[in-house]
Amino acid sequence: MKIPALTGLLFTSSLPAASLTQPLADIRAVAKEGGGNEKATAAWQQLTQADPGTLPEVLAGMNGANPLAENWLRAAIGVIADQAMEAKKLPIEAVQTFLMDTKNSAAPRVVAFDIIQRAQPELAEKITPKLLEDPSSELRRHPVSKLTNAGNEALEQGKKDAALTAFQQAMKGARDEDQIKDLAKKLKDLGQPVDLPKHFGFLMDWKLIAPFTNVERKGFDTVFPPEEKIDLAAVYPGKNGDAKWTDFTSKDDYGQIDFNKPFTMLKEVTGYAYTEFESTEEREAQIRLGCKNGWKVWLNGELLFARDEYHRGAKLDQYKLPAKLKKGKNQILVKCCQDAQTESWTVEWQFQLRVCDDTGTAILAAK
Amino acid sequence: MKLALTLLSSFVILHSSLAADWLQFRGPNASAVSTETVAPGPKVAIDWSVDLPGRGLSSPIVVGDKVFITCSSGPDQASLHVFCFSAADGKKLWERVMKATGRTMAHNKTSVAAPTPCSDGERIFALYSSNDLFAFDLAGNLLWLRGLTYDYSNASNSLGMSSSPVVVGDTLVVQSENDSESIAVGIDVATGKNRWKKERPKAANWTSAVVFKGTVALQSSKGLTGMNPKTGEIEWDYTDGAATIPSSAVTENAIYVPSNGVTALAPEKGAASQLWRASGLKPGTGSPLVLGDSIYVLNGAGVLVKGSLNNGDEAWKLRLKGPFSGSPVAAGQFIYIVSERGDFQVVDITAKEGEVIHRVELKDTLLCTPAISNGAVYVRSDKKLWKLK
Repeated sequence: MKIPALTGLLFTSSLPAASLTQPLADIRAVAKEGGGNEKATAAWQQLTQADPGTLPEVLAGMNGANPLAENWLRAAIGVIADQAMEAKKLPIEAVQTFLMDTKNSAAPRVVAFDIIQRAQPELAEKITPKLLEDPSSELRRHPVSKLTNAGNEALEQGKKDAALTAFQQAMKGARDEDQIKDLAKKLKDLGQPVDLPKHFGFLMDWKLIAPFTNVERKGFDTVFPPEEKIDLAAVYPGKNGDAKWTDFTSKDDYGQIDFNKPFTMLKEVTGYAYTEFESTEEREAQIRLGCKNGWKVWLNGELLFARDEYHRGAKLDQYKLPAKLKKGKNQILVKCCQDAQTESWTVEWQFQLRVCDDTGTAILAAK
Repeated sequence: MKLALTLLSSFVILHSSLAADWLQFRGPNASAVSTETVAPGPKVAIDWSVDLPGRGLSSPIVVGDKVFITCSSGPDQASLHVFCFSAADGKKLWERVMKATGRTMAHNKTSVAAPTPCSDGERIFALYSSNDLFAFDLAGNLLWLRGLTYDYSNASNSLGMSSSPVVVGDTLVVQSENDSESIAVGIDVATGKNRWKKERPKAANWTSAVVFKGTVALQSSKGLTGMNPKTGEIEWDYTDGAATIPSSAVTENAIYVPSNGVTALAPEKGAASQLWRASGLKPGTGSPLVLGDSIYVLNGAGVLVKGSLNNGDEAWKLRLKGPFSGSPVAAGQFIYIVSERGDFQVVDITAKEGEVIHRVELKDTLLCTPAISNGAVYVRSDKKLWKLK
């Protein structure tokens, strides 16, 4: 099947702003399983013929769009920006204004910064320090990196106080694990260790109960008593005798809640972890989980997500679960299943969980 | 009559130009063997190289005079790049950068740009381990996109995925096989919408499909399943288990499956009869290839083993300089393979015991499978794309 001739990149004609309304709406309407693709294809052609002056409007079209629509628009903006740069018609001031307006969504603001970085790297450098407290964790990376480099240089020159100040400023803005790890080590070396669980917002104090069975991985879908009712005084028949709740406080900098510690290294078992999180207000949040076992997470009795993958790897923020905290006490229940594998890399029966906003900034419990 | 002749000559021109294309992982029919008449020959050298801004072990593909390649950049490899370069001189013709909508977690050795893109000659289909799938025309116009993990939220593998898509007629077949929500989908190349979606064995799988007599053969730990690409209906099923890393080799008459060594099958509708089994032929990470009357298997120790296509009996063994992640490819009498340490090696299979007759030191880590087109070989690393000629 031949594809129809597409002319978008061949013409330099440009569309006025008024004509962008419909193509932007068509692209924003794309949905799962290819929904809206046909209209979006035509709309993309129209957008890529837009006048470079419309770039901020197309960027604004990404505000609040779903991730699929964001990608459609990201690709269109890339083409418009390429054409604008070639024609020396890039509206750099308007793009900068768009970037600095934090009411705009993070994704198009990142695109705006990338355009500035490509077109005028010296301007991007000038803007960078202003992004340290930015709502976008991706934009924060630039000033954090710049401050870290400044700290390294100060250290090489023997200016320990200046280095410490730079690293502390950088740490305040840092939200990504790689940058935080690096800075935490530097600060520790300078005698200023960082409270990493607090920085990340890991939940450290839990009640654990185990072992229930997970023979043939059937425990994952079996509803054991803690899923029906939280009764911390209850004792249930478990896989190897009675199962009862026990206190567990993580001592790990990265908040690992390790079932192997209280229950020993068991196989084909299911455990539960329960904690309460006191929120000062009703608010949107993210519960972020790292886990290499089968798991389920409930917030206030609502299942947020479940995944039955075992021992393929775990990392910080592996899963980002949108959540709505209510004011006051919030109940968090985690189910963590261990399988039958016996290789050395299948010993872990653990998870790490933190509560944060969508930037990755920790939301700390009221008490 | 004149019109008929014109059409015929157009067809011949089109056909011969297609013959120089390398449209998918392991090239024509996923056979790893070039069908073009102008082979690269033994004494290849670097013609050009270009820098890449991100990681990847996907193979380049070649459509006409354009080379396409994917890579992923950023701290979580969430920026997904598609590049189009001029095959003649490596000049960048266009680049598109998108963002992953699915999970980008992967083992350090692999990367998000692990699956090789494919093409039907008019469109480029770029798939990533995050399950993001983009269709562009050759000029870089975005035709459609999908986020298969956005659609099916547990379709991911925390080690990363690498199955490369294949086009059969007007259907793009994509595997997203893993321990949790394991699926394969047949997608309309024109609209990006599903023609079909089928559950697949719940087990991690990094193999790529091959096409045999119009069926698309999907490999997994359970075996090899022949499906109608248009409907997803199963036409034949081999259920004696198969590898989850090296993929099958295919010829006009048989499929050679990495299963209990190598098992040769002659599938027909309703049955996948076994021709022979050679337990001594054990492909490592790379997939086997068939050239002439022999099958060549690169085992986990870096030894290239030549076997008979009639019964799998071993003819000779040749130790190469490994280790290897990519698969060997071939043109004429030469097999081309690049080691993880960047040792590009050319094997002359007509030598009595096989012989490495040429090497090129690329001084980088290379995990990809080479591509062959227009008398040149293309390879890539996390940092560079090379044309060897």
